Amino acid sequence: MKTSSFPGRYDSLAKVSEFVVNAAKEAGLNSEEVYAVELAVDEACCNIIDHAYGGEGLGELNCTVKVDQGKLTVILSDTGKAFDPKSIPDPKLDVPLEQLKPRGVGLYLMRKLMDDINYETSPNHGNTLTMVKRSQSDN
Amino acid sequence: MDISLTEYKRCDVVTVSGRVDSSTAPKLEEALTSITEAGRFKIVIDMTDTNFVSSKGWWTLIETQKKCKRYRRGEVVLVNVMPEIRSSLDMVGMGSYFQIFDDLTAAVANF
Repeated sequence: MKTSSFPGRYDSLAKVSEFVVNAAKEAGLNSEEVYAVELAVDEACCNIIDHAYGGEGLGELNCTVKVDQGKLTVILSDTGKAFDPKSIPDPKLDVPLEQLKPRGVGLYLMRKLMDDINYETSPNHGNTLTMVKRSQSDN
Repeated sequence: MDISLTEYKRCDVVTVSGRVDSSTAPKLEEALTSITEAGRFKIVIDMTDTNFVSSKGWWTLIETQKKCKRYRRGEVVLVNVMPEIRSSLDMVGMGSYFQIFDDLTAAVANF
């Protein structure tokens, strides 16, 4: 298990990505699965910066990776505002181009890309998002 | 992320390499706005060397697509999109908003 902390800013995204991509490769995930992890984690970090902290430079992104053979667990924690993922509806995507609104896609992608997602919040420990990706060959 | 712009007679080609995420998408948006503000709405995005696009990146392209398609004055088309990127675009249902070409010549010839 490895943990790294990054400043909650957009220019940390590439570094967070490198950290989780290395772990995903180590877990034996294929290139499609590695990309899924990279994208889900990027979207999650943006949600933390934009919604939990409400802007850049207002808190840390803490990322823990746990590598098992054929399975990667990514734990992201922050000390920002809590939210209820169930309160975020899936975005309306099957609409004419003019009516598309840039909302809710990040969470939708995370749900689609990862095998398990769990969100916990506590007044003392902040928010913890746990996401699991398994290699297809182990399913 | 690096961006290079080439203005052709028929269209503008924007070559994007590296990562398009919340940190770099504003730079892409700026480049695309410079083209549309010059009254040019036929845009080819060459993604041969693009290795990551987050939803922020897609929204940047969607907003430009809206501007270009308005009054049927043009379009944004994509070239050589990596399979993983394409699959995520389809996953959020945005694949249908873009024509995707396998090579640059075909994309430019489309205009």
